[in-house]
Amino acid sequence: MSARWAILAGKVVALVLFAVFLALLPNWISDIRAQQFAYVGIFFIAILGLNIVTGYAGQISLGHGAFMAIGGYTTAILVSGGPKALPGFAEGSEYLNLWPDFLEGGFKDLYTIPIGALVAGIAGLAFGLPALRLPGLYLALVTFGFAIAVPQVIRYLDGVSGGTAGIQLFGNPNLTGATANKVDLPGRTVTFNEWLYHLTWAIALVLLVVAWILLASRFGRALRAVRDNEVAAAASGISLARYKTLAFGVSAVYAGIAGSLYAIANTFVNPETFRADLSLALVIGAAVAGLGWLSGLFVGALFVYFLENVASLDFLPNGIESALKTPGVPDMVYGVVLIAVMLALPFGVGGGLTRLFRPITNRLYTRGS
Amino acid sequence: MPLLDLQAVEARYGPVRALNGVTLAVDEGEIVAVLGANGAGKTTTLRAVSGAVRRSGRIELAGRPLPRSPDAVARLGVAHVPEGRGTFAELTVEDNLRLGAYTRRGDIDDDYARVLGLFRVLRERRGQQAGTLSGGEQQMLALARALMQRPRLLLLDEPSLGLAPLVVAEIFGIVRKLNAEEGLSVLLVEQNARIALDTAMRAYVLEVGRVAVEGASGELRENESVRRSYLGY
Amino acid sequence: MADLVQQVVAGLASGGIFASLALALVLIYRATGIVNFAQGELAMVSTFVSWELIERGLAFWLAFFLTLAISFVIGVVIERVVIRPVEGRPVLTGVIVTLGLLVFCNGFAFWVWGGDVKNYPSGFSTRTIDVAGVAISVQDLGVIAVTLVAVALLYAFFQLTKLGLGMRAAALNPDASRLVGIRVGWMLALGWGLAAVLGAISGMLVAPTVLLDPNMMRPVLLYAIAAAVLGGLTSPGGAVVGGLALGVTLNLLTAYGDVPSSLRLPVALALILVVLLIRPAGLFGRVALRRV
Repeated sequence: MSARWAILAGKVVALVLFAVFLALLPNWISDIRAQQFAYVGIFFIAILGLNIVTGYAGQISLGHGAFMAIGGYTTAILVSGGPKALPGFAEGSEYLNLWPDFLEGGFKDLYTIPIGALVAGIAGLAFGLPALRLPGLYLALVTFGFAIAVPQVIRYLDGVSGGTAGIQLFGNPNLTGATANKVDLPGRTVTFNEWLYHLTWAIALVLLVVAWILLASRFGRALRAVRDNEVAAAASGISLARYKTLAFGVSAVYAGIAGSLYAIANTFVNPETFRADLSLALVIGAAVAGLGWLSGLFVGALFVYFLENVASLDFLPNGIESALKTPGVPDMVYGVVLIAVMLALPFGVGGGLTRLFRPITNRLYTRGS
Repeated sequence: MPLLDLQAVEARYGPVRALNGVTLAVDEGEIVAVLGANGAGKTTTLRAVSGAVRRSGRIELAGRPLPRSPDAVARLGVAHVPEGRGTFAELTVEDNLRLGAYTRRGDIDDDYARVLGLFRVLRERRGQQAGTLSGGEQQMLALARALMQRPRLLLLDEPSLGLAPLVVAEIFGIVRKLNAEEGLSVLLVEQNARIALDTAMRAYVLEVGRVAVEGASGELRENESVRRSYLGY
Repeated sequence: MADLVQQVVAGLASGGIFASLALALVLIYRATGIVNFAQGELAMVSTFVSWELIERGLAFWLAFFLTLAISFVIGVVIERVVIRPVEGRPVLTGVIVTLGLLVFCNGFAFWVWGGDVKNYPSGFSTRTIDVAGVAISVQDLGVIAVTLVAVALLYAFFQLTKLGLGMRAAALNPDASRLVGIRVGWMLALGWGLAAVLGAISGMLVAPTVLLDPNMMRPVLLYAIAAAVLGGLTSPGGAVVGGLALGVTLNLLTAYGDVPSSLRLPVALALILVVLLIRPAGLFGRVALRRV
């Protein structure tokens, strides 16, 4: 019993150290780097959500970029002050009158995050209910289709979404500090990038703890039972439909939050922001992180970010850097690394880390026997 | 030199040791039975020969070491009729038989005719899906498919399993006939010790992955204590 | 009426392209149990290879068949090197490996040929011919013909040759196949090779219309998935029928229904979802959906 507490204490200590490190990091890095790390935080959240459904519940989702899109567009629409007429309605129609006046001015960006989360969560539940009755491979196909189709739908609904041009948020007064590039926090004034950094990582850490608690609880155990052996789980009385759908909903909430933050960070959204490649990148990041293991997530998020934004790798020696800047090469590296990781470490980096620590945990568990 | 020679063969399924050093031999033209209780290692012995399970120890076919992959073993003329028959349920009877001759080059029409002559019921059901055949018919199909290979050695795993006595008698009759007329060598695993001893010349009795008793069928049949403790009757 | 016939023929042509790729997906699914998400990108790379050959002066049809041979080899190599190590692993591992392959191929194409859109010649003339008063595009007829020939050859291969029988057996029951002497590993590699050939056909037939660039096959892949699901992932015949039906339906919807072409993809997705919910085995396939 004490061994379990020792491991738990170890993990808590690691988490606290991590949090302190994150809090202090902006003091040592440039403003641009802070922005980059903010994006890493966003991917961290998204991959965390994906991990819940793919790693713990064992359901494959290749379409989580779509839930990010839902969160992001919700934020963008609310911040910008409400949808223009939907296609089919004329300007100044009754529909516009339905949009409450007090919302016309738009929402403060921070308040849209929970709303984005909620909308994405509802979408996740709605999608999950029918889709999760399908065996794994079919679910992969459907979510893949989702990832490809959603940008098209966004383009189509141009009255709400701004179509191909998207919604521009830069300069919108509801956006904290974007215009003046300074944010007044109690005690200090920080740049927009720093504020973004602290915002995303604060949320990320909170969500990490929430996920941790969730997965350690009965909910998490049920999820793992579903992942490891569906028939046995059902025979033990676990309602497959309920848990799979809930897991999907929770992960959609996470993705929605990530999407909202993405919209705020980018200060605009358009269909390209959430194209199919993003969904694939998330799955790849989750795979690298190690499906089912929380510890590798940071590495996974880093992996996704730096390979999507190769220009930021300017700390590498010049030869490698310019090779990586050639169009196409990053993706090739991506692909090779991914395949290699899957072949060598089927549990990704997180699984590898856990395996590294296994001798220690084994010793802790078997002490006294 | 025996056709098939096993020396101290061991095999395991993960941490479970199924064969603990099995030594047996089959001479050309013999029918040899492997008997024993459930879990004694009879099926595993056959799988060790055909390469379907990892094993250590020496296995030689006509003096040459036997390869370890099932398809290589099949190409050397060893036909394994596995437990559960191993028929291709979605394919027709005819396709199943054609597959039996996969390793053969040249014309297989003669073999085809011969096999259909031996197993008349298969001739009637030529175009049917193998999965729709009855248990006995599927066993005949499995045996027929093995014969299409023109094997030097036939490995038969529990042919009587789940079949009515009349059907069992018919199948064993065919095996005996092929052995008498064509000199087909057979290594036979059976739970039904009585019919096995009636068919085979020699038998080995396995217990916990090892050969406990061996001898000519006649002797084993007569020996009361062997019968009672190992053969159950 | 003439317009309807034109639309149907055009729909059959695009359907033929979906069918080829769908057939590739089904082949691999039957053989190795995974859906090859990279099938489209592999087809795209094959098409670029053929473009390269044509640019260097080869006649179209010579380049076409040479590309088929090259694609076959690529398919076999990929199966042996990348897929074989993950054979026994869970489905998710295979999915991610094919995603890695997808990303790699996309990057590779960008790296070698760049992202600008290129023109791709058609093997058929761009004329129309007059059939009973209706102007039908030779290109459409050509595509349909190539698809039908490919499907027929494949069918003959599987049903009439020993090797084809061996491949069918290996996909159905690998263990029993080994016992009759079939080298199952090489059968799977052969399956991937054939699938690559089908994908290449699909790519080279669609490129004249949609123009050649690294992202050209993404939508085609989704339509192929829809077709394969519609026909049943385990049924090659179903994939063909599904592809043709999908092509015609989408064309008619765009031409006569009120569906704008930008919504074709979501319609395909909706179709996938509906089919899977109502009849997961598709029209002709067999799958066990466990209801617990």
